[in-house]
Amino acid sequence: MSSAPSVKSEMIDGGVLVSLLGGWTVNSAPLLESRANILVVAASGAQTATIDLGAIEHLDTAGAWVIDSARARLNAAGVHAEYVHVLPDHALLLREAHYRPYELPARPHIPTAPSLIADMGESVYDAGHDLAAGISFLGRLVSVAMFDAFHPRRWRMTSLFFHLESFALRSVPIIALINFLVGAIVAQQGIFQLQRFGATEFVVDLIGILVLRELGVLLTSIMIAGRSGSAITAEIGSMKMREEIDALSVMALDPVEVLIVPRVIALIVALPILTFIADMAALFGGLCVAWVYGGISPEAFLARLQSAIGINTFAVGLIKAPFMALVIAMIASVEGFAVRGSAESLGRQVTSSVVKSIFTVIFIDGLFAMFFAAIHY
Amino acid sequence: MIVPAQSETTMHRSATAGEPGADVAIRVRGLKVGFGSKLVMEGLDLDILRGEVLGFIGASGSGKSVLTRAILGLIPKRGGSIVVDGRDIDALDKSERDRLEQRWGVLFQQGALFSGLTVKQNVQAPMREHLGISPRLRHELAMLKIELVGLPLDSADKYPSELSGGMVKRAALARALALDPDTVFLDEPTSGLDPIGAGDFDELIATLQKTLGLTVFMVTHDLDSLYSVCDRVAALARGRVIAVGPISELLQSDDPWLKAYFHGKRGEGRRINRITAGETRGR
Repeated sequence: MSSAPSVKSEMIDGGVLVSLLGGWTVNSAPLLESRANILVVAASGAQTATIDLGAIEHLDTAGAWVIDSARARLNAAGVHAEYVHVLPDHALLLREAHYRPYELPARPHIPTAPSLIADMGESVYDAGHDLAAGISFLGRLVSVAMFDAFHPRRWRMTSLFFHLESFALRSVPIIALINFLVGAIVAQQGIFQLQRFGATEFVVDLIGILVLRELGVLLTSIMIAGRSGSAITAEIGSMKMREEIDALSVMALDPVEVLIVPRVIALIVALPILTFIADMAALFGGLCVAWVYGGISPEAFLARLQSAIGINTFAVGLIKAPFMALVIAMIASVEGFAVRGSAESLGRQVTSSVVKSIFTVIFIDGLFAMFFAAIHY
Repeated sequence: MIVPAQSETTMHRSATAGEPGADVAIRVRGLKVGFGSKLVMEGLDLDILRGEVLGFIGASGSGKSVLTRAILGLIPKRGGSIVVDGRDIDALDKSERDRLEQRWGVLFQQGALFSGLTVKQNVQAPMREHLGISPRLRHELAMLKIELVGLPLDSADKYPSELSGGMVKRAALARALALDPDTVFLDEPTSGLDPIGAGDFDELIATLQKTLGLTVFMVTHDLDSLYSVCDRVAALARGRVIAVGPISELLQSDDPWLKAYFHGKRGEGRRINRITAGETRGR
């Protein structure tokens, strides 16, 4: 290890002799700049400056750069500066790393208020663009799926069942668990509020209608958007990054047909099944709490449930599931195809896939609620 | 740095040991590396001398990259020792190890540039973490490194995905040189480059090596690189180094694999080109 860089200056006839000592390397980087400033201060004002490099122990490009930029600053200030006692190695370094002005790029000044409005406009424009892109993608998907529908030999059963396993089977435990808990919580809150009116048994109506119409399908969709939608985006996106999508295209295979259709169909099949499981788990959660906390026996719960809900209550939830699945799979695919080269862009698209899916799922649920209210179903 | 005399005496003299008295930067002895039940390195010995360019050749899949990664500590080794500047790297504590790694620069095969950062930010990344220098000097040093490796200055603000293969290699080299290392590991630096680009890259490595006094460990398949920039060449086969020395020595070797490597169709063609080119130059 060489010693720290240092500067020694003395006046000689008409000029300044500056001797540089120690190791001028990147290891003592924080010192380099201050030492170079000492050099400049010591020599400024003089006619000539002689920079003695003979006593430098070590030099690397960082050191050479700092020394040469100090010399350039002196020259610019009207001091004639030159090197003496330069070792051949150091001369080579000083030549390679000689000073040249690299302008620090000016930080662009962005006015806050206009840019805020501009951002807002841009996001509205983007939303419109997303909608158009989504519809165009849906068209492509439908045309490919229709073509495949009449060509059973093109069905990708292996891929379909693989995705069914990962989307449906592997989601069952977590879907059942969260819906059981939500059913239990709703029952507990319902009993707590309703018992003040002496209407505890109405908790069965509450749970039955709320869970079957809304909560079961909504919670399942949100969970699947986070679990499977993100996986689809990440898979498609990383395939895009490594040019695997391009490889498919040049093999005369349609990426939408090979990658997207099996995933969309798997999700459309999976989500109603999961919704059914979610409904049952939530009702069971409600039943348990009603029994333990509300004193409603399971027999009473089931009898009450039968009179409280019709088959339409159950159907309303299930009808929505395939639409939710289609939306989730489509948003995830479009976002996956939008991934560009960097790891950062992959992360961004996965995030936006999940956020957009969850938002759209809730939005569509609202539309369905209005629709079913209008047709009195 | 001096290699302790004691370790010199305990070392058995093998074909792979460097010149007696030569300054050894990295000394690998009896290295064993394996995956599962398969042993890729079976007691490998190798000396990398200070200030040399050591070319490292071997069939695809013979474990050239594995050796590089084992020296760098990215793959655990099952046995043997790696001695850097006279000290066994297993005996170093965390901070010593960090200091050692700051003096190493690595050019990975695919560049391994951070995809979310621009070229300049990539070069600045190690400086930002390890040097307490002003943003201005950091900018200047990064631009200097970018210029040194022969990239146009306007590529500094581009992202890796916007660069061509050759530019990615150059940018990765600039990052490897960011902390002025004294040893650089290059994993197939010229693979995927056109012959002109590869030739330029060889020249660049040779120039930088001379200017900065680098020790260069270069894994390569490029026969031209071996002829033009490597001081010595080591050949890996069957889990050990089968020959090491200047390329002229390896050309004389009787080993069947080396014969096939250098005197195969491609090797022979290159060599004839070289020789005729040399003769014309000589005239």
